[in-house]
Amino acid sequence: MSQTFIEILRRALDEELARDPSVYLLGEDVAVGGAFGVTKGLAGKYGERRVRNTPISEAAITGLATGAALCGLRPVLEIMFIDFATLSLDCLVNQTAKYRYMSGGQLAVPMVVRTQAGAAGGAAAQHSQSLEAWFIHVPGLVVVAPSSPAEAYGLLKSSIRLGDPVLFVEHKRLYAQKETLVESAGLPAIGKARVARAGSDVTLITYSAMVRSALEAADELGRSGISVEVLDLRTLLPLDMNTIADSVAKTHRVVIAHEAVLHGGAGAEIAARVGHELFDELDAPVTRVGCPFAPIPFALELERALLPGTANIVRAVRELSS
Amino acid sequence: MWDNSLNKAAAPTLGDWKLMLRALWRIRVFEGQVQRLAAAGEVPGFPHLSTGQEAVAVGVCAHLNREDTLFTSHRGHGHTLAKGSDLQATFAEILGRDAGLCRGRGGSMHLVDAANGMLGATGVVGGNLPLAAGAAWAAQAGGGSAISVVFFGDGATGAGVFHETLNLAVLWKLPLLFVCENNGYAEFTSREEHSNVKHVSAFAAPYGMPARTIDGNDLVTVHAAAADAIARLRSGGGPYLLECMTYRMAGHFVGDAQQYRSKEELAALQEKCPIERLKRYLLERGVAEAELLGIGEEARQEVLRAVEGARAGARPDPATVLDYVYSAPSLAAIPG
Repeated sequence: MSQTFIEILRRALDEELARDPSVYLLGEDVAVGGAFGVTKGLAGKYGERRVRNTPISEAAITGLATGAALCGLRPVLEIMFIDFATLSLDCLVNQTAKYRYMSGGQLAVPMVVRTQAGAAGGAAAQHSQSLEAWFIHVPGLVVVAPSSPAEAYGLLKSSIRLGDPVLFVEHKRLYAQKETLVESAGLPAIGKARVARAGSDVTLITYSAMVRSALEAADELGRSGISVEVLDLRTLLPLDMNTIADSVAKTHRVVIAHEAVLHGGAGAEIAARVGHELFDELDAPVTRVGCPFAPIPFALELERALLPGTANIVRAVRELSS
Repeated sequence: MWDNSLNKAAAPTLGDWKLMLRALWRIRVFEGQVQRLAAAGEVPGFPHLSTGQEAVAVGVCAHLNREDTLFTSHRGHGHTLAKGSDLQATFAEILGRDAGLCRGRGGSMHLVDAANGMLGATGVVGGNLPLAAGAAWAAQAGGGSAISVVFFGDGATGAGVFHETLNLAVLWKLPLLFVCENNGYAEFTSREEHSNVKHVSAFAAPYGMPARTIDGNDLVTVHAAAADAIARLRSGGGPYLLECMTYRMAGHFVGDAQQYRSKEELAALQEKCPIERLKRYLLERGVAEAELLGIGEEARQEVLRAVEGARAGARPDPATVLDYVYSAPSLAAIPG
């Protein structure tokens, strides 16, 4: 039976709540389902002590989840939009990420911050950003960005069980996407990328909703004889350089694509590492696709004009292959 | 060491007060040694001394058990010792030694002693408040009578997260004791210049939280007020705010010339000294002056031994600098 991204997230949370009594959900409106209905019905099933509504106080609830994690709970905190995680940053950067280190290994922060990002449908400048690059700059954090419902299921469960603080970034454009779970599939390891489509001419490195655009681009390019290997990073921090290296050893060409602003984006770090660590393998400069340097606009034609997509990727790969 | 083996259920005996006098002295001498070695260049970073504020730490922590959790501010050496942390391991951490509480990763502003429920100092003013609320939430979820205590200065009331945490603590009826050490200064600026609200306790009422303002330099007063507040917390009565009026006898940090204070103000400090005041209390109850002096001297010797032990300890091995970033080495494979 196929389920939406939202339904599959709910199923993963439901199963983890049932499996481990130290798992708690908290966030704005989560007891009534949250802004997108991900946690719908869970408060009724597990009680409002385990699925708990909070005031609109991102700084305090991020600290609250962190303090509870220090004391043995495994909180899953929902920050409604990644744009609002700016209010959580003091805690995430100065406390959550550093507690294990600052305490010399005495304490750990096994918590997940589920948040929702990306542009769609005119959500405009303060509800559409892709801010993941800010978080990959912070030692101690783990940053996960699933690309499909089935991927989100396993990655969320693995994140909850990890024992380190995880920022789990859900793209709003994926929420209505449907997929059928393969019941026997094991849980993915955190920190391992996935070959979403095998190919031999160009390595296309991407994550989150951009994986879908990359697969469409690969289909189109395949019809004109360019074989593209699509890597779904799954985890931006840590970065799985081994999977990248294996692919580049075959293709010798790299395109990196993300929806986030190109300048200072996660792709810059990946490009730097590929350029340095895999220099001998490269037959061409590393190319990046990302958002132009502007806020996300409101009007739909402006939003479409700004966002990178399949056409941008196709163009970048063709230029690299010519 | 301060074993905190006081009779917590009843009024303190003379013996309990003597133990607490010793605890005050241990903090006073400890801070003096931090100051001395900082001036000599042996203490890295920015140590903040709690000299003069000892009665708040001892009067509150006297009621705490090991499983009660404590979070403190950047001025947290005294609270750490009062909660029961080992003198030598605490001093070693402030010196950045391998045998320090945090193996030299934290230092003065990030002391953690998890085994004693001292879950952390913080360098970000106000940042400890929601963490303490989280610990209180975990205690509440555990269903026992453990509580969480957070120490903060009056300067933290300027941070939005202070107000967010007050609201949350009341809404969730958390077993959380807010202890404000109002020393009249937020770093170098007097309270009058940074807030129109004279007393921090006034912030509690709008959220429906009980609060009191007390003389934080009088151990007997602090002890009694903390007893009432903590009894309420342990019986499920929800959070409480205790504002302790105190005085920072040292500067904001070691080396602060304190040009913002008058000579008269500094001279009046001796009158307010919590150690002198507890001594007077005990003299009035028939304890001999020689015994009181002996308690101070014993504490001094104990601290000096710990300091020398800490100084003799090994420095951390630079090869271990990447330990403790993540739970597993596979996650830490990020190039430096």
